[in-house]
Amino acid sequence: MFRFLIAKLALLVPTFLGVTIIAFSFIRLIPGDPIELMAGERGIDPERHKQLMAEMGFDRPIWQQYLDFLDKLVQGDLGTSIITKQPVLSEFLTLFPATIELSLCAIVLALVVGLPAGVVAGVKRGSAFDHFVMGGALVGYSMPIFWSGLLMIILFSGILGWTPVSGRISVMYYFEDATGFMLYDSWMSGEDGAFASAVHHLVLPTMVLATIPLAVIARQTRSAILEVLGEDYIRTARAKGLTPRRVVAVHALRNALIPVVTTIGLQIGVLLAGAILTETIFSWPGIGKWMVDSIFRRDYPAVQGGLLLIAAIVMIVNLLVDLLYGLINPRIRHTE
Amino acid sequence: MKKHMIALAAGLSAIAVVASTAQAKTLVYCSEGSPEGFNASLYTAGTTFDASSRHIYNRLVQFKRGTTIVEPGLAESWDVSADGTSYTFHLRKGVKFHTTKTFKPTRDFNADDVIFSFARQWKKDHPYHKVSGGAYEYFNGMSMPDLIKDIVRVDDHTVRFDLTRPEAPFIANLGMDFASIMSAEYADAMMKAGTPDKVDHDPVGTGPFQLVAYQKDAMIRYKAFADSWEGKPRVDNLVFSITPDPSVRYQKLKAGECHVMPYPNPADLAAMRKDPKVNLMSQEGLNVGYLAYNTEKAPFTDRRVRKALNMAINKAAIIDAVFQGAGKAAKNPIPPTIWSYNTSTVDDAYDPEGAKKLLAEAGVTNLKTNIWAMPVQRPYNPNARRMAELIQADWAKVGVQAEIVSFEWGEYLKRSKAGEHDTVLLGWTGDNGDPDNFLAVLLGCDAVGGSNRARWCDKEFEDLIQKAKTVSDKAERTKLYEQAQAVFKREAPWATIAHSVVFVPTRKEVDDFRIDPFGGFIFNGVGLK
Repeated sequence: MFRFLIAKLALLVPTFLGVTIIAFSFIRLIPGDPIELMAGERGIDPERHKQLMAEMGFDRPIWQQYLDFLDKLVQGDLGTSIITKQPVLSEFLTLFPATIELSLCAIVLALVVGLPAGVVAGVKRGSAFDHFVMGGALVGYSMPIFWSGLLMIILFSGILGWTPVSGRISVMYYFEDATGFMLYDSWMSGEDGAFASAVHHLVLPTMVLATIPLAVIARQTRSAILEVLGEDYIRTARAKGLTPRRVVAVHALRNALIPVVTTIGLQIGVLLAGAILTETIFSWPGIGKWMVDSIFRRDYPAVQGGLLLIAAIVMIVNLLVDLLYGLINPRIRHTE
Repeated sequence: MKKHMIALAAGLSAIAVVASTAQAKTLVYCSEGSPEGFNASLYTAGTTFDASSRHIYNRLVQFKRGTTIVEPGLAESWDVSADGTSYTFHLRKGVKFHTTKTFKPTRDFNADDVIFSFARQWKKDHPYHKVSGGAYEYFNGMSMPDLIKDIVRVDDHTVRFDLTRPEAPFIANLGMDFASIMSAEYADAMMKAGTPDKVDHDPVGTGPFQLVAYQKDAMIRYKAFADSWEGKPRVDNLVFSITPDPSVRYQKLKAGECHVMPYPNPADLAAMRKDPKVNLMSQEGLNVGYLAYNTEKAPFTDRRVRKALNMAINKAAIIDAVFQGAGKAAKNPIPPTIWSYNTSTVDDAYDPEGAKKLLAEAGVTNLKTNIWAMPVQRPYNPNARRMAELIQADWAKVGVQAEIVSFEWGEYLKRSKAGEHDTVLLGWTGDNGDPDNFLAVLLGCDAVGGSNRARWCDKEFEDLIQKAKTVSDKAERTKLYEQAQAVFKREAPWATIAHSVVFVPTRKEVDDFRIDPFGGFIFNGVGLK
């Protein structure tokens, strides 16, 4: 297991280095520079433009800028946003709890609904329930988030008035941020109704963000279950006289879980990508919206720093998923 | 747990925040984005000005709410020297600064604060010049470094600005956001504490509202400043609930989660008009959308060609299709809301046959050209691509083939500044309500290679606008600008397209909100019924 872990960690280093190159170069490949965009129609004197580019260090050769970026990176410095003049890391850390909170709620919802739905659909293949789940999954997977999000706001907030339209908590409540996790902070604030308001505000964005992972997990679970149910050992288990429930829950599900866990790991990336749209629609102050704004403003330090942090998170989650395989199926850690 | 479950149930039934906050007099504004920071002199975005200078700070002069009229602000009055190069400001006494967790002012506003606020932007060796990045784009963009010769502290309550040349728009410039007055005492204290950038993040001003908290991309919370020299605001709290999507903003307005919202989606306007809870206000914006001909490139060097192309454009169809009613045809380069707007100029009438004749007269046949269309939506042009397509079709009818060209926004601005275009769609939103801010900035000889996209430098026009800068008598300036507009119309360096109409939906309970001609959202003086 230790060697398995070392091998996986060793792989992370070149991957991370590759990510730094991509994060650094992609934003610079987009035409337009931050100074021009800031000046807008007014324009800027070419001399002044040159001076500002020099002040920000963008006039130096690109490789030198990259090496500087790496040099600062190893010291834990991701640079300073050229728009807000705040350290990129502190901006990220301020906004990240909101994204984590929303993503966690979404993945929990996707698992709680998607996993059992997939298992039942697989076991009762061809039934009305199976068709319903697969149809629903197809619709969920195909719907663009910006469309489904707006539609849900109009239905649940506008017409039915069941949920608030957007934001993390009602503006009625005000307390200092302790952790940035609104559920926790509102609970600890002691203000009556604050926690309820935070939960209430989470409902719609969670549903919207969970839609795609839920659909993928349900479909993946169903096909994994179907495959496993055809295996010899399942027939043997049934022949032994085990109850259908035990056959599925103990013998089939554990083996079916491996591809499903892979899918869940991959969904972290999907969640973070989905968060960009969900956060914009629901005015959710997370890193998705921040990244989009930074890209539009060509805020090079914010984009490269943000991309790097997001990539690092996805990599760590995937590493954890790899380790989880070993726990679910010991054969994997032995063969590695 | 039980307590929280009860709270949950209570919360589920209490969605309409505004209803409950109305008693507490909390005005909620669903703003469109996060400010870049809280020191307006460092930034250029209107969103930043709304969140900072327009509520937290004051300036020496200010614009009367809802107008472009300059009125006294922190300066009670001012005198201008006979040669127009010296402005003496008599400062208001007893003006208090905000008290925050980290700073308690020991004195009232005085001349030191004025000098600090300008010297920081002006003097490169000022200890604060480089703090927070130190790029003062508006200060530089308004040519203040060239204009200011000296700022003299006459006494505690008198400051004199000596200029290098007479500049009539100077007073209006001082009403702009970059000229906000900050506390020199606070700056000194923060410098001593080793945290000078705090001045820009934890603002201390003299304005009607005081910053309480800011959560990026979520909300900005202010409380009324009871000691404001303008009197206590009519609401106790002001909250900016940051909501980037216009459709979501409207849903929040409908649900009562906010009172005022900016930039509605044009598709929602019809529903807003019918909504009994919503008051849809509108006003012509302080802007102009235009198509500039590159007058340095043949055949656009010929006035007849430019006139002919203007006559070929069906402006009414553009207003209908692109602005969907939220625009007014433009005939002058300045909007009608600005003083000196020339009502007697006559717009080039839509006349394809006349256009053909004029092109033939100029000896232009089978003209192949391009139309540059902006890739972004701007206040003066909601859909440049669509506008370009309509112009392209109009020109095809008179035998002119135009190719539509577009670039990424930053690239578009850069290339059009360099004059790579034949014709380019662009526009302008005014900064200070002075005609000079349109005519000199967009059509002056100095602006060729910059914001003068037509690269048009006409001696007659230039002499008029330069003279108008040096005259302080408004009636005389008006005459000069009217003449300049007549020259513009005759020479046609642009096809003036439209002035967009700004719509602001508010809840019915909002009292005395006025649309700011500069596009700002100002809540001092606004109440809740």
